[in-house]
Amino acid sequence: MLSVRDLSKKWADFSLTNINLDVKKQEYFTVLGPTGAGKTLMLELIAGFYRPDQGEIWINDKNVTDLPPEKRKVGFVYQDYSLFPHLNVEENVEFGLRLKKIPKSETTEKIQHTINLLGLTHLSKRLPKTLSGGEQQKVALARAIVLDPDMLLLDEPLSALDVPTQERLRRELKDLHEISGITTVHVTHDHVEAILLGDRIGILSDGKLIQVGEPDEIFRKPKWEFVAKFVGVENIFSGKSELKKGLATIDIGNVLIEAVTQKKGKVKVCIRPEDILLSKRPIKSSGRNMLQGKITEISDRGTIVKLKVNVGRDLVVIITKRSFLDMKLRIGSKIYASFKASSVHVI
Amino acid sequence: MLGILIVAFLALPIFNIFFKQFAFDTTGFLNTITDQEVLKAVGLSCFSAFLAVVVTFLFGVPLAYLLARRNFRGKALIEGIIDLPMAIPHVVAGIMLLTVFGLSGLIGGPVSSFIKFEGALPGIVVAMLFVSAPFLINSAREGFQSVDPRLEKVARSLGATEWEAFRRVAFPLAFPHIFSGAIMSWARAISEFAAVIMLVGFFPMVAPGIIWSRFYSQGLCEGIRVAVILLLITLSVFVGLKYLHRRLYAER
Repeated sequence: MLSVRDLSKKWADFSLTNINLDVKKQEYFTVLGPTGAGKTLMLELIAGFYRPDQGEIWINDKNVTDLPPEKRKVGFVYQDYSLFPHLNVEENVEFGLRLKKIPKSETTEKIQHTINLLGLTHLSKRLPKTLSGGEQQKVALARAIVLDPDMLLLDEPLSALDVPTQERLRRELKDLHEISGITTVHVTHDHVEAILLGDRIGILSDGKLIQVGEPDEIFRKPKWEFVAKFVGVENIFSGKSELKKGLATIDIGNVLIEAVTQKKGKVKVCIRPEDILLSKRPIKSSGRNMLQGKITEISDRGTIVKLKVNVGRDLVVIITKRSFLDMKLRIGSKIYASFKASSVHVI
Repeated sequence: MLGILIVAFLALPIFNIFFKQFAFDTTGFLNTITDQEVLKAVGLSCFSAFLAVVVTFLFGVPLAYLLARRNFRGKALIEGIIDLPMAIPHVVAGIMLLTVFGLSGLIGGPVSSFIKFEGALPGIVVAMLFVSAPFLINSAREGFQSVDPRLEKVARSLGATEWEAFRRVAFPLAFPHIFSGAIMSWARAISEFAAVIMLVGFFPMVAPGIIWSRFYSQGLCEGIRVAVILLLITLSVFVGLKYLHRRLYAER
């Protein structure tokens, strides 16, 4: 689908070197890298906003290296939304279709469908500056996908949003991808986002793509410190979900947990270390997961302590130094780990 | 408080001249405003200034866009050249224009058989253009600079050519700046005296020219009458356009 070959480009104070990348049809590919790694520039090269010094870009078995952006059929969404401020939501979404000079009567249905798909119908006459960040980003998405592009390029699409909106929109991105099957490259500095959304992940550092692989592979065998830093920072598991009485039971391998979700089948699960409670005795409460395990690792971080608890899978838990001392925990201690079903994030 | 002082300083001469005119010399004013020669001169000024703005718009707006978007060698020099007419005495501007567009000038000489600048409309427009173009160009450049280049990139990815991205995104967003620049430019062109007189001479007569000649030959009173007419026209156009401008862009 997308094939980037030996791509290099030098700017005044930055360069991308020898990027090689293959993204499959309908794949959701995330590129993970710290700020200043060249993520945006890489996407802008693929979109055709700059011409590379070297190398080729192929989209759908067509060499597009010398094509201007308007001929590439690639949708682009920036972190700061980049909506046209002088046009309302509907006019923003129809921008691309109007350029094609298709009569309005033929495009109206398509525009309404897309606006509806993203839940923007009630906002269609509003100007961008009157919308919240999450709403603006959805307009930017609608504006790109209404043209049925061959590919969607997302430049940190969630980074400017607050955390609850991020989580909601993350889920909507995944749903949108499942519905439309559109090949997507999504760059981010947020490893959770990269793991939860990406079928595969590429690691970009200092203008070089240094590792490409499936999330598990990347985080199990990190080739690089930037990735290694994240390993074990969050509890992220792949699993299988079954729905029962409004709750989902998810098998994450040797362990069953309950979560609040309507998702069935293959899912990814994320539990924040600070959402997990440790206790010497089991706490009985409905809507709560209660797992028994053993402490396998302790690292003292000053006012907080990070523990690894084996409950069948390794869970990372963060507790305060005070409660750590109160409970007199040491390696090998038997312990109960509990967390609310609603703290289990499922995608 | 200091603000009030400066406003008073600017407003006093304006109020004074209107007061003098309408309190003591209403009949003289009515005679002057129906004077064909005066009306012709004022009309010519407004029209030539309008032509000068149109020419600046056609050539200056693309230039302003280029200056706002690209970096290239010699950009600082070009910006300096654009600013220069605002900084030099208008007599100097007149002399320079005369050596280029005069009957024996660099350009004026060779083309004199089919287009004349001295003593003709093209000369008035050229002189006005020279002194007024910087206002529109600089204002348009600021306008384009205030438009995020990413908006045009997104437009390109949505299928817009470079021209369409300019026309549908950059231009409409920069338009408030361009519009107010055009008003300033027009006002500056109307008020030009020295450069026009030096290149064109007194005929055809422009408004500042007739004010000067009436003042010189018939005294202060007659000068004031024409001056008030010009002031009234300029002021009403100014206020009218600014109002329109605000109405159009208040809610955006």
